[in-house]
Amino acid sequence: MADDKDVLRDVWFGRIPTCFTLYQDEITEREAEPFYLLLPRVSFLTLVTDKVKKHFLKVMKAEDVEEMWFDFEGTPLKWHYPIGLLFDLHASNTALPWSITVHFKNFPERDLLHCPSNSVIEAHFMSSIKEADALKHKSQVINDMQKKDHKQLWMGLQNDKFDQFWAMNRKLMEYPTEEGGFRYIPFRIYLTMSDRPFIQKLFRPISSDGYTHTLGDLLKEVYPVAISSDDESKRYQVVIHGIEPLLETPLQWLSEHLSHPDNFLHISVIPAPSD
Amino acid sequence: MSVSLLWAVDVYGRVYSLSTGGQQWEQCQDAVLEFKRVTAVQQCCWGIACDHHIYLNVHSSDVPIRYQEETYENQRWNPKDNFSDHLLPSDRWHWSDITGLEHQPLDSFLLPSTNWEWEGDWYIDENFGGEPTEKGGWTYALDFPATYIKDKKWNSCVRRRRWIRYRRYKATDTWAKIPSEGHSGPLPDPFNDISCGGWEISEEPRGRLSLWAVSLQGKVWFREGIHHHSPEGEGWEEVSLPGEVVQISCGPGDLVWAVLWEGQLIVREGITRDCPQGLCWVVVDSPNPEAGAIHVAVGDNVVWAVTKDNKVWFRRGINSHNPCGSGWIGMVGEMVMVNVGLNDQVWGISCVDRAVYFRQGVTSSELSGKAWKAVNVPRDGDIRSHSSASISKGGPQRAVLEVGTCPSSPPPEPPPIDPDVPKPRIPKVTSDSFISEMLSDRQVKQEAATTASPSIPEEEVWSNVDLEETQTHLAVGLSSVATYTLCQGEPYGADEHPLWAWVSGGGCGVNFWTLLSLPALASSVQSMSLSISPAQTAAWRKQIFEQLSERSKREMDHFKHYEQSVWVKKGAMQWWRDWKPHKWVDVRFALEQFSGPEGNQDGILFLYYNFNEEKKYLHAFINEVTILVPVLNDSKHTFAIYTAERTKQRWPIRLAAATELALLSVSCCDSRGIQGPPSKQAIWSVTCKGDIFVCEPSPSLEACPYPTPCDQMFWRQVGGHLRLVECNSLGVVWGVGYDHTAWVYTGYGGGFFQDNIFTQTDVKCVYIYENQRWNPVTGYTNRGLPTDRYMWSDATGLQECTKANAKPPSPHWTWVADWTIDYGISGGTDREGWQYAADFPRSYHGHKTLKDFVRRRRWARKCKLTTTGPWQEVPPIPLSDVTIVLCGAQSSVEPIPLWAISNKGDVLCRLGVTLLTPAGTSWLHVGTDQPFKSISIGGANQVWAIARDGSAFYRGSVSSESPAGDCWYHIPCPERQKLQQVSVGRTSVYTVDQNGNLWFRQGLTPSYPQGSSWEHICNNVRKVSVGPLDQVWIIADKVQGSHSLSCGTVCHRLGVQPMEPKGQSWDYGIGGGWDHITVRGNSIEAPRVRMPSLTPSLTSSLTDPLRPPPPRSLLPVMITEMENGNAVRC
Repeated sequence: MADDKDVLRDVWFGRIPTCFTLYQDEITEREAEPFYLLLPRVSFLTLVTDKVKKHFLKVMKAEDVEEMWFDFEGTPLKWHYPIGLLFDLHASNTALPWSITVHFKNFPERDLLHCPSNSVIEAHFMSSIKEADALKHKSQVINDMQKKDHKQLWMGLQNDKFDQFWAMNRKLMEYPTEEGGFRYIPFRIYLTMSDRPFIQKLFRPISSDGYTHTLGDLLKEVYPVAISSDDESKRYQVVIHGIEPLLETPLQWLSEHLSHPDNFLHISVIPAPSD
Repeated sequence: MSVSLLWAVDVYGRVYSLSTGGQQWEQCQDAVLEFKRVTAVQQCCWGIACDHHIYLNVHSSDVPIRYQEETYENQRWNPKDNFSDHLLPSDRWHWSDITGLEHQPLDSFLLPSTNWEWEGDWYIDENFGGEPTEKGGWTYALDFPATYIKDKKWNSCVRRRRWIRYRRYKATDTWAKIPSEGHSGPLPDPFNDISCGGWEISEEPRGRLSLWAVSLQGKVWFREGIHHHSPEGEGWEEVSLPGEVVQISCGPGDLVWAVLWEGQLIVREGITRDCPQGLCWVVVDSPNPEAGAIHVAVGDNVVWAVTKDNKVWFRRGINSHNPCGSGWIGMVGEMVMVNVGLNDQVWGISCVDRAVYFRQGVTSSELSGKAWKAVNVPRDGDIRSHSSASISKGGPQRAVLEVGTCPSSPPPEPPPIDPDVPKPRIPKVTSDSFISEMLSDRQVKQEAATTASPSIPEEEVWSNVDLEETQTHLAVGLSSVATYTLCQGEPYGADEHPLWAWVSGGGCGVNFWTLLSLPALASSVQSMSLSISPAQTAAWRKQIFEQLSERSKREMDHFKHYEQSVWVKKGAMQWWRDWKPHKWVDVRFALEQFSGPEGNQDGILFLYYNFNEEKKYLHAFINEVTILVPVLNDSKHTFAIYTAERTKQRWPIRLAAATELALLSVSCCDSRGIQGPPSKQAIWSVTCKGDIFVCEPSPSLEACPYPTPCDQMFWRQVGGHLRLVECNSLGVVWGVGYDHTAWVYTGYGGGFFQDNIFTQTDVKCVYIYENQRWNPVTGYTNRGLPTDRYMWSDATGLQECTKANAKPPSPHWTWVADWTIDYGISGGTDREGWQYAADFPRSYHGHKTLKDFVRRRRWARKCKLTTTGPWQEVPPIPLSDVTIVLCGAQSSVEPIPLWAISNKGDVLCRLGVTLLTPAGTSWLHVGTDQPFKSISIGGANQVWAIARDGSAFYRGSVSSESPAGDCWYHIPCPERQKLQQVSVGRTSVYTVDQNGNLWFRQGLTPSYPQGSSWEHICNNVRKVSVGPLDQVWIIADKVQGSHSLSCGTVCHRLGVQPMEPKGQSWDYGIGGGWDHITVRGNSIEAPRVRMPSLTPSLTSSLTDPLRPPPPRSLLPVMITEMENGNAVRC
């Protein structure tokens, strides 16, 4: 069987085939061809769509262009969620390639954050990492790092350098042996059907009596609806990085291996397809 | 920092040490003695035993402490006896010192103490100023005293020769008693406190220490003459005092504070290099007028004190100009004593639980630290008794340095004595804080003592003859000392945590960060629990793997034709513009990275700039870049980009940007498909900035006649900072830092988890010069002539450098000390560090003569760099050179010969170096009569070395059976040249002299490996490296490119063949700014190419060997002096 390290590689190098189409109401000088791209699951939309923008700007007048944003089937896509999460949450059971609509007008102020430059993405990414380390190590690891180490994490993500990123990120994944895991697991559970953006609570990887918490324990605690009892048919899928881990998977292992580069375990709970 | 020790004494007088590499307190082996106090520095520990004598424990080292005794035998010629011992009555002694004034027969030399032994018998020195003498070692002169020459002439009337003998300090790792004798007989009363420090007052090589001691009567004594060659010192000198002292503390530098009986503190002033005992005392009041001070501890820039109420105080405003500071700040925590160790780190013993505490968070910017943390480490005796308990608790079985928080409130009252517990023992009183405490509260405590006494059986009372002696000395109302019980009958069973009485961190090289990485603590932090759990086989794990691979199939396999996101990195940089006037200009840049047709990454770097209002751009194809090299700049992160073309021009693209270098470096390696660690054959080089580069040699690099051109070599950077690096073709690589620390290469982590990346530090000095001119009215002043150099300048005098505006070499470096006068500059100095000359710029000498009108002195300031790299320190001996045998061992356990020179000039041979253990185990010291500076071991164990006086030596009989050889053969230097460096290849021996000439050793044969003569090859050479193919590479100065001249350029000797080991001409590679290269790993023989004219059909299959070499500017190394205009500024 493959090595656990391979999981990290698979997670990092996950790509979603995507077709970008310009929104029909955008004013163009000539017809805009769709644009096909492999999007990295762990990155952010606005970080990897320079080419998309260039492609569509070719057919548009400068005065018709405002900030670019995306939607999927009418749902504006939050750039500050990892791409893989957006896909799992909104498009899991749809046909590939993922069809995203590109807008240059009518920015949905209520739904999306502005992203004027990459430094905004960097700030968001670093604040997630810091929040995660606050949960995992009372911020001790991240605070002990130097500024250049922080930069290395960001540059690793921005430039798709797995080794560069993990050389630093591994430190964030360490924990004292005797503790058996992090202090709290940094996780967020996203629901398509809810008004809440996500659920986030304090949850330890090991119970006070030494029992190893699993994914199932977490869901039981924070969102029991997601777990179907034995007699009924499966109502929800629990998806991380496009896969459905078994509920008995230890949470600590998941946190170490299936967290996004922002160090959070982003878990999507989506309705099971009714076939 | 190498492994160092924290010393402590427990309340029973047992001495323990805790190694920064260890996990438990080790009891000092010499258990016969019980100690009151210890004071440690890195190389030794001093202590006061309960017999009140002072003992010295010198740590053993691979390089012994040895001292060379010398005496001269003098003879005069007369017609009857020829040269004989019959000297004229007016002559010097037959046996004398070098001046002839002291009578020194061989038998007048005695060992200074029983701690020394002779290494061998007297023998004659046959080396005269770097030149071998005739047998017998005589040097001749017309008369005494005169200039001696090594050859006898017709008018030589006298002669002399030098006898030498070594004595060695043998009492290492044991407590050696120091006789308590002053200048006039035994000291009147025994010692009570002791403090060692002062090693920073004078320059390092001498290793001078200050030792201050306090006697029971409150007198202070200074131990004279302690230095590297005299660890015990020479004698005690009393220091006059304004009162009676109870305790004293001496820092690494010039800080010395003491506590008076009355509770005030006194500060020693006037401590200098020439007067380490200082001049006078200044009184400072106790922090608390109610409770006098009882204890003080000083470091480099800090003073901590403890008052009678056990409160801890920090002194504000201490610096080198103000040793008294400005005010006290109260600190949290109650301590019986505190001690300041290296790096101003603070250790203390809590009065609550008697545990050793460490002050957490002490940094150079926050010297008072943040909080007290207990150092909970088991003692070696405890481990056994506790092991079962810890296992049953299910805790980690390894000892763990737990750091807990100091209880801020006193613990609950000690439980009443249970008759069932083991009989209480009364701890010995070892801390003065108790004595002082008693002085203030004498009545109360005496009562306490008397009430406590009856409950303790008579025979259990700790008693000691010497302590009774103490009582007689302290008869004035202090008779209760010996019976005072520490905690009024609290039981101290074997299972209790240790109770400490004294701690000394003066030898313990921790700072806050390294403390956290002590193995004791680090072991509790496990790196990711990858692939070690039983989870390997669990169903959930299998499920994740299967689903991930399904996901890849689903989402990626059918969409391979999709474009990958192109990574365009854009931003701003600064560019050193190409046209004059050259300056940094802001430019926009874009790095476009894309996947090439075969999946290899490639890219283009664009720089957009304006030229005369016109938008232009410059670009570089990433796959054409040969090196990205950081360039020294004191305010910016700058680097240079070279391609083969730009190397020829000696004119790189120079950019300033904070983080883009790493990205570009990765892109360059990606585009060339280079990954992972350098191969064993890699060529290593080091820039003058200390950055390390490797190049993978192509098979045709050493081809003849058409080798790979040197400027096409691709260099990539390896982490770390070194002054030199040496390797061999088995992959053993060692380096030496600017601070002489030895490092061994651990195998580059390269990819993923960079397991072999460690923190590395280096320290170097920045120098500036203070220049003065003499005038008849005011003497030397800092007012020069209008034509003079700056009064504060660099070495050349061309640049103004003041203390205020001088910066560390680059933003990576930070200052770690203040400016100090450098007395170690060549040419010597007077007592204030001045060097004199007739005018600027001339040769300077260390004393003023009538002809001197100017003087200068050098100021040095230390700065430190912290970085990471695949290097691990090889403590503890600092090195100045290292060499590894060219080839040889093939099995992984076969020893690999490795030789080195210590920074003191000792020749060392490393034992236990194998492929599996490249760091080796220990040093074997190889005796020499003088300090050495360069060494090289070539094929067939040929060891050549250069002494500091510039002479060359060949080591005889080195073999695998006798790795250190048996004797040195002195090789005469080239005429009138002092040699500087040597490199020995498979058979060739090359040396570089101090004037930059490269010499080849002629006439080497297996039967006569010393050779016959030196042949001049060329000049302007800085370093040479000869490899296992006898290939010759140098670092050359003054290489002319089409745009600029470069110093420190990598050059390759062309045309070197077995029958023509000297080669023909030079090919010029990367540079300038290079300082060191080693090709000793490259044993790749070039594919045999026959001359094309003879066999054209055969060679056509090889990679275009028929193509003539590209037209290359093989310029001769220039001889004329030219201004330094190299592209990468040193």
